[in-house]
Amino acid sequence: MQDAFRLELPSELARVGDAIATISGRCFADGLASPRTRFRLCTVLAEALGNAMLYGNGGDPNRCVTIEVAIDDDRIILAVSDQGDGFDHAATSFQPGDDSLEATRGRGLFVIRHLADHVEFNERGNTIWVTLPRH
Amino acid sequence: MPFTVTESGNGVSVVTVDGQLIVANRQELKQIVQDALDGGARRFLLDFTPTAYIDSSGLGALVSISKRVREAGGELRLAGLNEDLRSLFELTKLDTLFTISDTAAEGLAAF
Repeated sequence: MQDAFRLELPSELARVGDAIATISGRCFADGLASPRTRFRLCTVLAEALGNAMLYGNGGDPNRCVTIEVAIDDDRIILAVSDQGDGFDHAATSFQPGDDSLEATRGRGLFVIRHLADHVEFNERGNTIWVTLPRH
Repeated sequence: MPFTVTESGNGVSVVTVDGQLIVANRQELKQIVQDALDGGARRFLLDFTPTAYIDSSGLGALVSISKRVREAGGELRLAGLNEDLRSLFELTKLDTLFTISDTAAEGLAAF
């Protein structure tokens, strides 16, 4: 393991952008990541943090989101946790198509699953682990 | 400021999105377009040339904006999506909902 660190944020959406910049800066400090790799990490983080703050913690600024990051030679593993009751991630079933085209919500997990190499949830559904490439 | 608004010579409101369009700022973009609609604007170009990433909240905001502009009898185009953003639109099939130009100049010329 090359690096590991942890951030804790109150559920304030205005903090998401800076958190992404901090995490991506540290993950890609060696300067070797492709633009595609950076895009994947930043987008997945935006999705996971937004979900945790808005849906997991109900937008309550007194509730925190914890991000744990582990970096090795080839990959980055993120764990994003909220203080909510969890949700049934298996029940989310967005599929892009004519019926869902004008939906204004519901694409988040679909996007995460397509950008990440691997996605897992804890049993309660309030922690998501995402594996992404480092380069 | 993540959003800058300018008016083109052919009367198009151009909103340039700097950095990212995500859960934290998507309401601001919706409000910018709504305020312009309320002021009589009907033609919009959203320029993503300096945009690095868009999350699903941002995509949802674009869908909402598209609907509002359409209901007002207006026209909305997107421009300047980089390769990664274009692939996101294709993944979610939103490339079939929006009119997308490679560059802002091409988008403006198409009105």
